[in-house]
Amino acid sequence: MFWDWSYSWEILPILARASIITIEATVLGFALAATFGLLLAVMRMSQAAWISVPTAGFVEFVRSTPLLIQIFFIYFVLPEFGVTLGAMTAGILALGMHYGSYCSEVYRAGLENIPRGQWEASTALNLSPYHTFRDIIIPQAIPPVVPALGNYFVALFKETPLLSAIAVLELMQTAKILGSENFRYTEPITLVGVFFLVFSLIAAAGVRRVEYWLKYRRGG
Amino acid sequence: MLQRSLVVCAILAFTAGIVVATFADFRVFLPGLLDGAAITIEITLGGCLLAVAMALIAAAAKMYGPAPVRWLAVGYIEVFRGTSALVQLFWLFFVLPHFGILLEPITVAIVALGLNVGAYGAEVVRGAINAVPRGQWEATVALNMTRMEALRRVILPQAVVAMIPPWGNLFIELLKATALVSLITISDLAFKAQQMNQTTYRTVEIFTIVLVIYLAIATLITIGMRTLEHLASRGLSRGRA
Repeated sequence: MFWDWSYSWEILPILARASIITIEATVLGFALAATFGLLLAVMRMSQAAWISVPTAGFVEFVRSTPLLIQIFFIYFVLPEFGVTLGAMTAGILALGMHYGSYCSEVYRAGLENIPRGQWEASTALNLSPYHTFRDIIIPQAIPPVVPALGNYFVALFKETPLLSAIAVLELMQTAKILGSENFRYTEPITLVGVFFLVFSLIAAAGVRRVEYWLKYRRGG
Repeated sequence: MLQRSLVVCAILAFTAGIVVATFADFRVFLPGLLDGAAITIEITLGGCLLAVAMALIAAAAKMYGPAPVRWLAVGYIEVFRGTSALVQLFWLFFVLPHFGILLEPITVAIVALGLNVGAYGAEVVRGAINAVPRGQWEATVALNMTRMEALRRVILPQAVVAMIPPWGNLFIELLKATALVSLITISDLAFKAQQMNQTTYRTVEIFTIVLVIYLAIATLITIGMRTLEHLASRGLSRGRA
């Protein structure tokens, strides 16, 4: 017997409840990544080398090293410095930091596409750097990069199973526990795979819709 | 490139300095970490080879195959891109034995990562082949080349150059994904890090050094791919602006 339907029905509600934690981690992690990424992008474009160079180093470092180790780093190393975080908080922080670095490159591409004249016009109008960014640059830079950000939203969602490594009770961890309790891993892990596939496909369709909507609204 | 190398060198030198100056007993855990790094490199190389093979097969099947073969390729690409690498790894690790297929964990690791990255790679291959201007195909027809000849002598040499940079990114993604294999009991770098951490409690140093080792391997991949791109683009009139 390769597949036990009654067992699948029995574990489905438990997995459905666990998926709430997964979605929570995704949404909070991405909210963090989106804001942190913007901050990194602006810092990396700074004229002051002492801000832009360390920021560039940080982004390259985070992008070249595994998320799993970064999760461990935040979960195990921060307590050494007196910052003790819960597993879920540490996980969301790691996801936000990791994908924030990716998002910062997306924002940077958007910011660099703003014509130079827009900057010059802000200078001519005597706007402060804060107002230049807030009122002129960012409103033009964000809409074109939304689809690329959406892709990272889906990618972040697919990385949430890593939180099971620090015992966050998300989908993967729940599936592993169910598997070891019942000595059957096939159904829980397959169902988790199906859940991810369905959500990814829905999210990808959503990203395409947003892309279309933005194009339409901007008269493209 | 130069700037990035400098940043990496600075990080390496900085960490080496910290390690040597402050924690002279790094000899206790460094050999263990290097053993783990060897396994990580082994899985990365195996996974990269399998990923390239899978990507070429899947892209060819999706672009030129008859309908059933095409659906199979699309199914493979969508399933592996749509689910999580960790879920795929666990699935192969826990579910294959159910079907009587017993593989070494390291084989499972290479197969899972190779299949995962291969699915992304298939789209890279397809994109690169599609990006070769149509006129090139038309020219091969005018020159009376067969389809195979055209692919081999005109289309692929140009597509390969366009493929190399995205493949470099994918190889680094694969390197980073190897950390997941520590969760199916393979003693790679990430596993060794946790093991050493539990025995020596040198949390800060161990995880910092481990991150730097990953960064160093990723930088080697980047340098290797840049060299490859340079070699592959010789004699072609395209290049980076």
